[in-house]
Amino acid sequence: MTPSPPDAGDLSSSPLPPVGEDDHVRGDGPLVIEYADLECPYCAKANLLLAELPVRRVFRHFPIVSKHPRARILAHALEAAGMQGAFWAMHGSLLGDQGHLDDPHLWQRCEQLGIDVARFDADRRSDGVAERVERDFRSGVRAGVMTTPTLFVDGVAHPGVPDAGLIARLNR
Amino acid sequence: MIEAGASAPDFSLSNQDGDTVALQDLEGQYSVLVFFPAAFSPVCTDQLSVYEEVLPDLRARDAALYGISVDGAFALKAFQASVGTTIPLLSDFHPKGGMAKAYDVWVPERGVATRALVLIGPDLTVLWTHRPSSPLEIPGANLIFDALDAVAA
Repeated sequence: MTPSPPDAGDLSSSPLPPVGEDDHVRGDGPLVIEYADLECPYCAKANLLLAELPVRRVFRHFPIVSKHPRARILAHALEAAGMQGAFWAMHGSLLGDQGHLDDPHLWQRCEQLGIDVARFDADRRSDGVAERVERDFRSGVRAGVMTTPTLFVDGVAHPGVPDAGLIARLNR
Repeated sequence: MIEAGASAPDFSLSNQDGDTVALQDLEGQYSVLVFFPAAFSPVCTDQLSVYEEVLPDLRARDAALYGISVDGAFALKAFQASVGTTIPLLSDFHPKGGMAKAYDVWVPERGVATRALVLIGPDLTVLWTHRPSSPLEIPGANLIFDALDAVAA
């Protein structure tokens, strides 16, 4: 969809950016920074597991378009929903039903969540939203993310759906 | 595995479309050889998918990627479509593993190449290599950019 602009900076190794003011953060407890693709079924499964845990959760975009053609479109849509205060509501909605991700379904979700559709449509196509998603993606590449989901706990990367050991560790 | 400073061993393989790609074709550009054990294993699917996403950045650095496995060209064609990648995939099928052996990434007990990256310079010299401690470990795309930065410095 939007190719990485070659002038957007290097993609060489760089530590995971700390939680910033514009990060999407929810909950209290141990910090979990998650890189995820909204069309990825493993991310949907991880979401179900994480929703049950007492953690401070940070969501960052990692759309892999070659694998999931709608991934970047959905990331933009989620950011646009966030601009109307509905980030986590749309996040739960998208990951809760990955069988309905085309534009009419997105508009329907907006109506259900009380999101202004015209504003949503303008926002999700804005440069600011594209840059926001790209920034997340590039920070993930630089931190070595190679699969979705990848969870960072105490600065250590855990690729894939969190296993029982990690869940138990976070569930304290 | 082959070491930085060596001349890149010659090869001539069929790509996923049956076209021949040889070492000489890599002259004048940076080339990243991505050896992977087998098409359709979930791990290499992720690897090539993420590399695909950063191709515009690699092109801006005058670098091209080539995936290499012992699978036949027709299987690689199907794999390429399945992953949705445009990265050319070279078939090290006959003689099986010939290129993997020349680059010393062959795993004789399994009959496949191990997961490894080899950066070749415009003059066909090996500039950098990377072999993860386990084939299940996927080398991050960031490592390729680190290597390009290092050789450009």
